[in-house]
Amino acid sequence: MINLKYFIKGIVCSKKFDSPAIALGASFIAIGALLKNLGFNIQESIFSTFLTYALPGSLVMAESMLIGASLVNIFLAVWLVNSRLFPMTVSIMPLLKHDSQPRWKYYISCHFVAVSSWLILKSNYEEIDRKYRIDFWIGIGTATWLIAIFSTVLGFYAADFLSKDMIIGLAIVNPIYFMCAMIGVMKTIQLSSAIILGAFLGPIFYFFSPEWSVLLGGLVAGSIAYFIGEVYDS
Amino acid sequence: MTANIVLAILVTSLATYISRFLGALTSEKIGETSKIYKWFNCVAYSTLAALISRMLIFPSGDLSDVHYILRIIVILLSILIFYVTKRNLVYPTILSAIILATLNSFAV
Repeated sequence: MINLKYFIKGIVCSKKFDSPAIALGASFIAIGALLKNLGFNIQESIFSTFLTYALPGSLVMAESMLIGASLVNIFLAVWLVNSRLFPMTVSIMPLLKHDSQPRWKYYISCHFVAVSSWLILKSNYEEIDRKYRIDFWIGIGTATWLIAIFSTVLGFYAADFLSKDMIIGLAIVNPIYFMCAMIGVMKTIQLSSAIILGAFLGPIFYFFSPEWSVLLGGLVAGSIAYFIGEVYDS
Repeated sequence: MTANIVLAILVTSLATYISRFLGALTSEKIGETSKIYKWFNCVAYSTLAALISRMLIFPSGDLSDVHYILRIIVILLSILIFYVTKRNLVYPTILSAIILATLNSFAV
């Protein structure tokens, strides 16, 4: 069903020294501590990371609950912040496609799409035989997902021992890691302009609409970068 | 009305899975070398960059208690460390947490 060799390869890939797993772990420790302070019990905290597994979404849920938002408001806020997962999924699934593989693998494994797993796949998929890339991806996804769940548990129990300054330190690990990773992948004019324009337009659009800023900023910046790349990269 | 915790978790996960699932469905018709794939790839990177810079410039949660000057210092130092260590991702990541926690403990 799942090719074990490639599945394990995916798991091992996520455990490299330089892997996004470190940033992932640190940020979910912070989430675990946050959920505990919000009044979640350990089962609910595990359940949350298990089912959602997307950091900004969990943050938005926590903040919405703090201000006593309704379920509809939580749904809309989370959907907006996590809609980035849509283009992210579209931009990796074609790399994993193979006619011999069943569709359910794609529909289930899309749950693993998150920044860290996405970056691990993007930097390693070319070495993998196309037929087994989906199994490799399921390996990456399982590993990063388990790290997130384990870190949530760790954060939940460590919450009482972490000072406010330590929590703040953990909270910056995630954006800093991904900022450096983004600088690291700026290899073509198209990708460089996509990343630089996105980094500028996101905060600029925030002045017009905080909720829509990421989505609109990404859409506008990505489209401009696409055309810049079409002109200069060929 | 404060939402029940379990319901809030279910609603959050549903709102998240929708985008992933629609992405998987949409990608079925898209080839790796097509123009539309390239465009989606650009939008994915831009959206991520927009999210990360928004998290650093207009943070929510615990980070919003940190003065913006401190955040800018940490961002610049991390980029510097990233280049000094020949594009290593681990050093800037770990040092950023230590630097920020230390600076913030003096600032308050």
